Amino acid sequence: MTAVTAPELTRGLLDGPGPSFAQHCAAHGPLPVVDLHTLVEEAGLAGRGGAGFPTAAKLRSVAAAAAATRKAPVVVANGSEGEPAAAKDATLLALVPHLVLDGLALVAAALGASAAYLAADEALLPGLATHLADRRDPVGVRLHPVAQVFLSGEESALCAALDGRPPLPRTKFPPVRERGVAGRPTLVLNVETLARLALVARGNDLAAAALLVTRRMEIAGTPWVDVVDVPLGSRIGDVLRLDDAQAVLIGGYAGTWVEASRAAGLRLDRSSLAPAGASLGAGVLAALPADRCGLRETAGVVGYLAAQSAGQCGPCLNGLPRIAAALDVLARPAPAPSGLLRDVERWSGLLPGRGACSHPDATVRLVASALRVFSEELARHGADRCSAHTGRPFLPVPGSG
Amino acid sequence: MTRLAVDPITCTGHGLCAELFPEGIALDEWGYPLLAAGELPPDLLRTARKVAAACPTRALRLRDDGRAG
Amino acid sequence: MTGVVLWYLNRATGITSLVLMTLTVVLGSVVRRHGRIPGLPRFAVQGLHRNVGLLSALLLITHVGTAVIDSYVDIGVSSTFVPFTSGYRPFAIGLGTLAVDLFLLVVVTSLLRTHLPHRLWKAVHLTSYLLWPLAFVHGITAGTDLGGGWLLWLVLGCGAAATWFSVAALGARRETPPPAERAEAALTATSTAMSTGTPVGVFRNG
Repeated sequence: MTAVTAPELTRGLLDGPGPSFAQHCAAHGPLPVVDLHTLVEEAGLAGRGGAGFPTAAKLRSVAAAAAATRKAPVVVANGSEGEPAAAKDATLLALVPHLVLDGLALVAAALGASAAYLAADEALLPGLATHLADRRDPVGVRLHPVAQVFLSGEESALCAALDGRPPLPRTKFPPVRERGVAGRPTLVLNVETLARLALVARGNDLAAAALLVTRRMEIAGTPWVDVVDVPLGSRIGDVLRLDDAQAVLIGGYAGTWVEASRAAGLRLDRSSLAPAGASLGAGVLAALPADRCGLRETAGVVGYLAAQSAGQCGPCLNGLPRIAAALDVLARPAPAPSGLLRDVERWSGLLPGRGACSHPDATVRLVASALRVFSEELARHGADRCSAHTGRPFLPVPGSG
Repeated sequence: MTRLAVDPITCTGHGLCAELFPEGIALDEWGYPLLAAGELPPDLLRTARKVAAACPTRALRLRDDGRAG
Repeated sequence: MTGVVLWYLNRATGITSLVLMTLTVVLGSVVRRHGRIPGLPRFAVQGLHRNVGLLSALLLITHVGTAVIDSYVDIGVSSTFVPFTSGYRPFAIGLGTLAVDLFLLVVVTSLLRTHLPHRLWKAVHLTSYLLWPLAFVHGITAGTDLGGGWLLWLVLGCGAAATWFSVAALGARRETPPPAERAEAALTATSTAMSTGTPVGVFRNG
């Protein structure tokens, strides 16, 4: 069996002698003093947390809010990785934690921040504490454990958690960039964005033109999960092995399905993915094997997403459970009750833009893509048949049996 | 532009708003408000202010986006 | 004004105030519980709550005013705001004074509702649960003619209604699970309903 390799990179994000401070300094040199705003703008760095928002714009708006409110801002490194299918944040924090911390120190300096946080899975914190002890950052970084909950990485939920409140999304008036942790303007950046920022600050512009992809495949029936650093614009067919795949989940559980034949030719950038109804998201690329039922997999994921709703907004609290239950029915190899698809469509139409966060919006997009991509499967179920030759789930769903 | 906006966390679906402003607010099948898109016409501003004041949880507010269109 | 007229006016406005305040509490409870009064749109229930409350405030002014003017009982102007300082039955009157103080705060904050932070308005409004019992105990201790008959039944009826609807409103919070539990509960309820063919029902977020 030949391992699928990622395209060649010069100085990839995960390359390095090791995670210790000494190894980091030997590989990357000292932290430079730079005009961060200009550098980030020119490199065209965009967020790697899922929304893909231009980092320079985010930096500017927090700086403006800090000036307007005359409150020193707070910077947060978001390593929550609420996306169960992704492993890039954990990998990054294990392999190159000092790049992340460098990035955090750089934004803290650029904004004149009074506090800095790194939020990550509880299990990673002891190791991170050791790495922190080797550093002498002007603004000390406070480590914060995050619950393994899908929405824990949502900006306002994370800020609430840092304030000691339950990790639930808050209303966006005002947004966290104006009023976040401790009522201060808060900059929340994904750990990958910060690591890339740390490389950009050292003159490595290519670092802004790549992304960490969590690949999930099956090769000859054996599951394969890894994290690779891939240039933006790479062909998905070159990154993923798609021989026995029927469809690709692009982005993560907040992403969308694309049929394998089409996905192979898509490139990992906005202009190629958008017409296919997809986006980079959390960088997950999962190739669904042909011997699985796409509807069953999606039903499992949507059941999880519905359970992970914060339960704060009426439309989401009512719509997602109904859609999830309907998908469970549609995932069975039996004809569905008439009108169920129409109901799913109607409920889906009632959710976008009506919650405090984009959780319901993303879920209905995923469902719509599944119903489109797996329409043949749906027809098969209507005739009491199903493609699945194994009961083994492909996509990991926390909490399921 | 001035428009009505609902804070979806605070809104618990009382439904007074739709009764008082049927031209601009409808209720979905679960009793939660659906706001008409676009800017509020100037002659409806007074009504909008009154409806926002009537919301039992103060979830409905009049917002000024400060942008045209 | 002769003392007897003042005395009758004071008693009448006192009793009517209590009845209207009871009705205000009942209507407020209905709004809080997303309830309906047959034939009335929701905004009308809320409007009634507001207007009946304002009406009882007006009656209270007369009730307090007649007590002060009436020289037969030693109730001075200051004791309308400072509790337990009247010469006549200081404790019983003082309870009424406390109730009036709280009622004043509730009315003022409600009239200025759109200009105040919602949390402040709500905290003051919650003191209504305290001010009604204060007014009630004031009524039965300061009043001299409860006796038997229709007045006793009226007062007891007000007590029962206010208690019942207050408990219902205060308990409304516990009817919806906390946010962290809502999604799971909704999922369970939905699959149960779908599998048994019963309608799914609306899930409340507060």
